[in-house]
Amino acid sequence: MKVLVPVKRVIDYNVKPRVKMDGSGVDLANVKMSMNPFDEIAVEEAIRLKEKGVATEIVAVSIGEAKAQETLRTALAMGADRAILIVSETEVEPLGVAKLLAKVVAEEAPGLVILGKQAIDDDSNQTGQMLAALTGRPQGTFASKVEVEGDTVKVTREVDGGLETVSLKTPAIITTDLRLNEPRYASLPNIMKAKSKPLAQKTPADYGVDVTPRLKTLKVSEPPKRQAGIKVADVDELAAKLKALGVAA
Amino acid sequence: MKTLVWVEHEGGAVKDATLSAVTAASKLGEVHLLVAGEGVGGVADAAAKIAGVGKVHVADGAAYGHALPENVAPLVVDLMGSHDAFVAPATANGKNIAPRVAALLDVMQVSEILSVESADTFTRPTYAGNAIATVQSSDAKKVITVRATAFEKAAREGGSGTVEAVSGAGDAGLSSFVGAEISKSERPELTSAKVIVSGGRALQNSENFHTIIEPLADKLGAAVGASRAAVDAGYVPNDYQVGQTGKIVAPEVYVAVGISGAIQHLAGMKDSKTIIAINKDEEAPIFQVADIGLVGDLFKVVPELTSKL
Ligand SMILES: Cc1cc2nc3c(=O)[nH]c(=O)nc-3n(C[C@H](O)[C@H](O)[C@H](O)COP(=O)(O)OP(=O)(O)OC[C@H]3O[C@@H](n4cnc5c(N)ncnc54)[C@H](O)[C@@H]3O)c2cc1C
Ligand SMILES: Nc1ncnc2c1ncn2[C@@H]1O[C@H](COP(=O)(O)O)[C@@H](O)[C@H]1O
Repeated sequence: MKVLVPVKRVIDYNVKPRVKMDGSGVDLANVKMSMNPFDEIAVEEAIRLKEKGVATEIVAVSIGEAKAQETLRTALAMGADRAILIVSETEVEPLGVAKLLAKVVAEEAPGLVILGKQAIDDDSNQTGQMLAALTGRPQGTFASKVEVEGDTVKVTREVDGGLETVSLKTPAIITTDLRLNEPRYASLPNIMKAKSKPLAQKTPADYGVDVTPRLKTLKVSEPPKRQAGIKVADVDELAAKLKALGVAA
Repeated sequence: MKTLVWVEHEGGAVKDATLSAVTAASKLGEVHLLVAGEGVGGVADAAAKIAGVGKVHVADGAAYGHALPENVAPLVVDLMGSHDAFVAPATANGKNIAPRVAALLDVMQVSEILSVESADTFTRPTYAGNAIATVQSSDAKKVITVRATAFEKAAREGGSGTVEAVSGAGDAGLSSFVGAEISKSERPELTSAKVIVSGGRALQNSENFHTIIEPLADKLGAAVGASRAAVDAGYVPNDYQVGQTGKIVAPEVYVAVGISGAIQHLAGMKDSKTIIAINKDEEAPIFQVADIGLVGDLFKVVPELTSKL
């Protein structure tokens, strides 16, 4: 079974995002960029499925600017077999990404597509669900456990009240939650080896997909800032404050 | 404009997040509801009483029993022939279903809106809430999820909606529900609690959550939350996690105990009315957003605090 893993290049999760003065967006100039953390988890899961003999080939895909090559090389260094970069210098929205991925799915016929549950830049949390709709496949979102059994996959999902398990017919779409696994670091020899793994370059036009955005960002602003308050000297003072707030007797 | 709101319900009751979604939807026009599930006649009757609600569409059947998106999305798409917007609360179910609906309608979803600026313009958080985007949708129909903490709850009583049964295509045959492990607790639910006490990695184990965090929560009638680090380490179940990728909360009082204040955690709680932080490191970033801070060792100060309340 082939596994397809879409990976997005995003601001590194350790960086505090800064809104540009002119309100046009977040300043990404000279900011460290990395693979979306949920996508690292997706790559790791695919590799584990391959190590178990369930997956036969892992294909990483990214849609974005030419620099997204670096993100794909990271996926290859972790253990993906080959990569596809769909180059677009303008940002592609989740709906456009899902349409492009649907075309890749039609070409590659993967048994599983494993995406992140959300990209930490747009925080949309929708691409996987959209891809599932467009391909008519079942979806196991927010996965914390994935078990392939014959032609079904059992997915344990993180839901509001706890955990839920669903059984999906393969081919299926999965999105990862934080506790699915802990992604490995790529070793130096694997980083070297990754440089010679195949990486195909495409454009949205090659797939005949119109990726014109449907949402127009009119403005980006900073959220209201919280002021740091006071420090109390001891427990007595804190207890008094809680009583004053009316939450304790 | 006619909007269709997905009703999140549990144990026969409409959940609070739905009431916030109704308020958001009412800013767009006429509000209709969709109650899908198995044996949900009572839920539909309760939903029809929500203030400002028109028609309540009810899809009752085994296929809708566990909100499987493969079965629910086509049902919504059918109803969208006569609605202009689909609105769902940004709960685990809402986030699972709405994008599937959006793609089937060829619409780009607007996720987790914070406000309705006009019929096509909304604000939403991005970058873990560090950047608020104002976005305008050019799609003919809108698909929207709503951040519950950003909207008042519609009143549960006062409406007189009419209930109408709908039959969808039923089971798509793609997925099935196997089981659930739902945490049971006598405490208030995290997303609707007035007071929350959250613990972080500093708690060291689940035993300390029981002996240190819970007694304080009991005194304050509070829900218990946690940082990702505490959940990952297995001190508490996953549904306790507050943050960018956990639950979004905005209680009257949020008490963060042994939590450093990473941006991903702040994303989930910084709209709380009063934030109280207890941390032994006076430089911890949590103090930059806390209204009241106490620098100290939680193992000493929290039991002392609990005993003094
Ligand atoms: C993609 C992604 C998503 C994430 N989503 C979330 C999310 O939704 N929610 C979330 O919380 N995190 C999230 N995180 C993780 C986040 O980055 C932090 O790692 C996490 O919040 C840290 O948890 P913590 O504050 O409990 O632990 P730490 O950062 O280790 O902080 C522990 C704190 O306890 C204090 N302390 C230690 N001992 C004591 C003591 N005896 N008394 C008092 N204080 C003490 C320390 O001074 C320190 O400040 C996410 C990360 C990523 C990459
Ligand atoms: N430009 C992209 N390239 C590759 N994968 C993407 C892209 N955008 C989103 N994805 C995938 O979709 C997931 C969810 O993203 P989102 O819906 O934007 O929150 C991500 O974790 C990725 O797996």
